[in-house]
Amino acid sequence: MDFVHQFWQLTVDGLMSGSLYAVIALGYTLVYGVLQLINFAHSEVFMLGAFGGLFAARGLMDGGDTPSGLASVGIVAVGLGVGAMVGALAAFTLERVAYRPLRRRGAPRLAFLISAIGASLFAVNLAGKEFGRNNVSMPEPFTNGEVFKIFGASVNTKTLVIFVVAAAMLLILDTLVARTRLGQSIRAVAQDSDTAVMMGVNVDRVIVLTFIIGGLLAGAGGFLYAMTFTASFTMGFIPGVKAFTAAVLGGIGNVRGAMLGGVLLGLIESYGGYIFQASYKNVIAFLVLVLILMIRPQGLLGERLGRAA
Amino acid sequence: MTTTATHPSPAPPTPSGSGLPPSIGKWLTEALFGRAGLRMLAVCLGLGVLSAIVTGPGSTADEPFDGIRRSVIDPRIVTFLLLGVALWVVVRVTPLVWPILVRGFEPARAQVTELSRQRYSPIGLNLALLAFAILIPLALGAPARQSLVNDIAIYALLALGLNVVIGYAGMLDLGYIAFFAIGAYATAYFTSEKAINVHSPVILNPFFVFPIAFVLAAIAGVILGGPTLRLRGDYLAIVTLGFGEIIQLIANNSEFTNGPRGAFGVPHLSIHVFGFHYEWGQDPLPYYYLLLGLIVITMIAFGQLERSRIGRAWAAIREDEIAAEATGVPTLRLKLLAFAIGASVSGFAGVMYASKQFFNPQTFSLQASFLVVTLVIFGGMGSRLGVVVGTVILQGLAFVLRDLVPATDRLIYFGAVVIIMMIFRPQGVIPSRRRKREIKLSEAGIGGADSLGAAPTAAGSQT
Repeated sequence: MDFVHQFWQLTVDGLMSGSLYAVIALGYTLVYGVLQLINFAHSEVFMLGAFGGLFAARGLMDGGDTPSGLASVGIVAVGLGVGAMVGALAAFTLERVAYRPLRRRGAPRLAFLISAIGASLFAVNLAGKEFGRNNVSMPEPFTNGEVFKIFGASVNTKTLVIFVVAAAMLLILDTLVARTRLGQSIRAVAQDSDTAVMMGVNVDRVIVLTFIIGGLLAGAGGFLYAMTFTASFTMGFIPGVKAFTAAVLGGIGNVRGAMLGGVLLGLIESYGGYIFQASYKNVIAFLVLVLILMIRPQGLLGERLGRAA
Repeated sequence: MTTTATHPSPAPPTPSGSGLPPSIGKWLTEALFGRAGLRMLAVCLGLGVLSAIVTGPGSTADEPFDGIRRSVIDPRIVTFLLLGVALWVVVRVTPLVWPILVRGFEPARAQVTELSRQRYSPIGLNLALLAFAILIPLALGAPARQSLVNDIAIYALLALGLNVVIGYAGMLDLGYIAFFAIGAYATAYFTSEKAINVHSPVILNPFFVFPIAFVLAAIAGVILGGPTLRLRGDYLAIVTLGFGEIIQLIANNSEFTNGPRGAFGVPHLSIHVFGFHYEWGQDPLPYYYLLLGLIVITMIAFGQLERSRIGRAWAAIREDEIAAEATGVPTLRLKLLAFAIGASVSGFAGVMYASKQFFNPQTFSLQASFLVVTLVIFGGMGSRLGVVVGTVILQGLAFVLRDLVPATDRLIYFGAVVIIMMIFRPQGVIPSRRRKREIKLSEAGIGGADSLGAAPTAAGSQT
């Protein structure tokens, strides 16, 4: 009966982490859409964005009291902004260093995966060297109180902030891909890059911009993550794999699929972690991944950015 | 910065032109100080600063940019900047003078000679290398010998196994160390009553665990690979990554495996046959020779495998999976076979490792899996000698670096080496001839060179 009691609380928690997974998953899905490649270093973009946002927010607060009102909003906004910028910069550099030279040469796919792993190792360990190897927690940017109750589950400020910001980002991205000219060219490249070239789409530019958009989202997501949990140089790995799982769950290359997959995975994990054991929470994500791949490899909403977005 | 493709700088002189170009000075200025040249200067200086930061002091989260600041204001930065400038000059000038330098040395029939070069490695060279491998530990001190066993020989065996998966079948396995862990824990389970919290009803000599670990790891490989190999290749990478992580999580959290403390007191290998008794003890040398023997046997066996029908089928899958399938190659079964063979070699190495000393879940971290992948790529995927030589070079370098850089920084260098390798020499130090050709073909847009599907969007539109 305990599970029934906890159900709504678990749902709220699951939705919160799920919306974070969705934000990160979009980076995987977008890059997969245009390049048909899993960007293994995406989790490091997330990590660097988290550190960027965290340091910026911490610099603003300067170890004083927990701010409130407009000051809190400002700090969160700056943290998100800096996190997103750092993420975008990291993603841009990544594309330049680890992907573009290989793409120019038409290297085999294995080469891309491996150079991304190399970039990931480099970034993780350099971050470990410069930012220390311990967990870093962020001072609270606002008093984290309960805002309202829903079906007996309490929703506190942090959860609400994360949920609202994530939802806003997802909405903006969805509009961007579906409505704008850039979105159109992203979809064109995803569908058929050769034809897109002939239609006058600058494929190189689209690819860079795709990386940057993914980086913006991951960086902002990293800040939200650091605000709730802690930041460390290895923080990217687990959320990265989970976001990838979410992308696969929804159908990799499919923007709305990634959002749906993220939220679903968050919920599954939240319920599963309660039913089994919290320490096996991570195992559940991997099991979900393997099961989806076995049963429905194309994901819930099907693959391909071009068609489904 | 989207104009990297179009070179505004002067085109390099054609080899057919005779004599020195009229105004080499003008060329040089333009090559160095043209737009592309200046941009390259910025990149090289950036690389210099980056290397200064990488090799400089670290810092903590309280003062996150302190390490960077101290690296940049340190006088050492001048050296790195000068190196950056040197790199810039080399990068910009070499393409200009290269055709002049190699003129006259170009073989008339490059393509033909490359393909018709001797097929089999010369036996003399192999024997010389073997003799070197046998004699070298005698010239080394105790810590180097220890490292020769733990860091080089074990990893060479692992790299040889992973080479079957990456190099022969063209799949990426990122949880390779999980099978190593299976071998190691199986050894602890079967050979000792107290190494971990559970033990088998019969205690076996470690030698008997070899076949058990072999089979266990292969079964794990088939269970894992079966469902995922049907799909696109890059899913395999992420699933194996997850599997590696699950195995480590379980090893770390389960009470059966003794948790994070790991296993102690696994008995050393020993032989008791016909009144002959020998035990491999603390001394690293006997272990080294045993491992060397295993490595040589593995290399020979895999050489036979590579040249067999199976090996040729693997090559076919790598080069064009659809065509292979159409000609009747059972692609799924062969990919699974490669995966299982790789896994069982890893399990085998795990037994060696476990019987050598104590181990804990830390040994089986994701980093270790990445390290083995790096070794294979660096050495040259698909080339048996290549991966062994690659292991010796990289791990030897790690041993030398041990006193120079903090151990935790080593992976930064590994990451950098991997990227540089992929950009400039994706075929590795000693590439296999076939692999080299495949990569060339793939770059020309023919075939895939791995079983992951065709090359990604080649934005060659502007080049």
